[in-house]
Amino acid sequence: MNRLEQAGPYTLGDIKAGQPCCVPVPHITVRDLSVAYDQQTVLNGVSLDIYKGCITALIGPSGCGKTSFLSTLNRLTDLCPSAQIGGNIFFDGQDILHDAVDILSLRRRIGMIFQKPNPFPLSIRRNLDLPLREHGVGNRAMRDEKIETALRDVGLWDEVKDRMDRSALSLSGGQQQRLCIARALVLEPEILLMDEPCSALDPISSTVVEELICRLQGRYTVIIVTHNLAQARRVANYAAFFWMQEQVGKLIEFGKCQNLFEAPTHELTAAYLSGTKG
Amino acid sequence: MADRLFSLLIWATAGLVVVTLFWVLGDVVIKGLSHLSWSFLLDAPRDAGRGGGIGPILVSTLLILLVALGVSIPLGLGVAVWLSEFSPRSSHKGRSFGAAIRLTLDALAGVPSIVYGLFGNAFFSIFLGLGFSILSGGLTLACMVLPIFIRTCEAGLSAVNDDWRRGAAALGMTRTSAIWYILLPSASPAIAAGLALGIGRATAETAALIFTSGYVDRMPGSLMDSGRALAVHIYDLSMNVTGGDPAAYASAFILITLIIILNALAQTFTDHWFRKRIYAS
Repeated sequence: MNRLEQAGPYTLGDIKAGQPCCVPVPHITVRDLSVAYDQQTVLNGVSLDIYKGCITALIGPSGCGKTSFLSTLNRLTDLCPSAQIGGNIFFDGQDILHDAVDILSLRRRIGMIFQKPNPFPLSIRRNLDLPLREHGVGNRAMRDEKIETALRDVGLWDEVKDRMDRSALSLSGGQQQRLCIARALVLEPEILLMDEPCSALDPISSTVVEELICRLQGRYTVIIVTHNLAQARRVANYAAFFWMQEQVGKLIEFGKCQNLFEAPTHELTAAYLSGTKG
Repeated sequence: MADRLFSLLIWATAGLVVVTLFWVLGDVVIKGLSHLSWSFLLDAPRDAGRGGGIGPILVSTLLILLVALGVSIPLGLGVAVWLSEFSPRSSHKGRSFGAAIRLTLDALAGVPSIVYGLFGNAFFSIFLGLGFSILSGGLTLACMVLPIFIRTCEAGLSAVNDDWRRGAAALGMTRTSAIWYILLPSASPAIAAGLALGIGRATAETAALIFTSGYVDRMPGSLMDSGRALAVHIYDLSMNVTGGDPAAYASAFILITLIIILNALAQTFTDHWFRKRIYAS
């Protein structure tokens, strides 16, 4: 039974790409966010709502702060001691930047997929088992069940069920990335952050992962950074366009994906999308 | 022509080194084997080591090693983890503290062992009152082994893919779990290499032990007894005892065998201990 086939707690709209998937309910609310490394501001004045159950694409040229933005949402910026974050990010009524937030459970609820597949150098089973144990899912049978469900969700179960104890590094690049997605899903997060999840993959694997992302719509809130405009257009309900102004990344335009692509309101967006800038 | 000459030179250097090594090994094996027997391994030395065996000396050697490794492995792994994972990098002060520790370790790694012997004698034997004992010898060896062991392990940990650190953090795993379940197992080849270097250095040590664990060749009753290490025994037989050469060669043969066995053990140990985490569920 595929978990993704069940409807979420909210109304699913037209799943066709480019259409809002649901009545927009903010899941994460970002207000006046700024990020600086070593006193050097890389992102400033970002305010936007991330809607529940929708896929939001972050587009824009390299170096305009999209990945930094993504890393603030699960506080992965904490790993970089020189990073300074300003503003507010509200998630579930809590300002995750300032309140006493339990970072470990925050990261359990907000999963992340990286550009380069990064399965641990462990067996396939253990890659999923370790995070479950870490979060106290104590019962072996229950863990095995969750592992199978997650692997089925990403369409990897039939490919790996006979070699669960082999090293995850023996998988192909596309399989590794799907394993990483399964590893995030196994913790049953509400939100998935994806940092160019297809850019390190060959075209066929990339298509498989992209179709998987489309299937996540409605069940999870997904924020995806991508340089591939066609991909953003295919998978996303909403799109946010970032651009560098005076060495600082800014959010230029945010809106429904279709509107942003077909009728951008800002001239920078229009120029970037038409390829005359960026 | 020049190219030929160059290849010839390269082959000659490699050949020279290999021949020398095999000469030494062959010399020890040929002269040592004839004197070897089970009773040589088990008996106590008689007549200043000319007769009898090396039983008590083997026991002392293993005890000294046990103390040295028992202290340096946990301490060394701890420092290596601190250096690679915890040493502050954000502030200038923090960075220079880490750099100062690395510099100190590198300097200490090059210090001649006789200096460790003098330090061990002054600090462990006299100041701490441990006297000439297996304990003070083992602790002195631990001081000597630590710098190399730490730096090798640190290099192994630093070489671990940073994507795994970020991946573990993004899954809400604690730093402790990431280190214990992912980083240390990934660094296990480096840890094994560090262990082999340390064991080799400690087992072959003479100068640092003469002034700390002493050279009493009786069977030690406890860690507080003096005990003669195998390398010290060889030194004594070949330098101070006329007619001690056959026993010295046999002891040298045992010493080399011991180092090979211990290295193999260290390799299997790290493999089992860490690889088990990688594949077992």
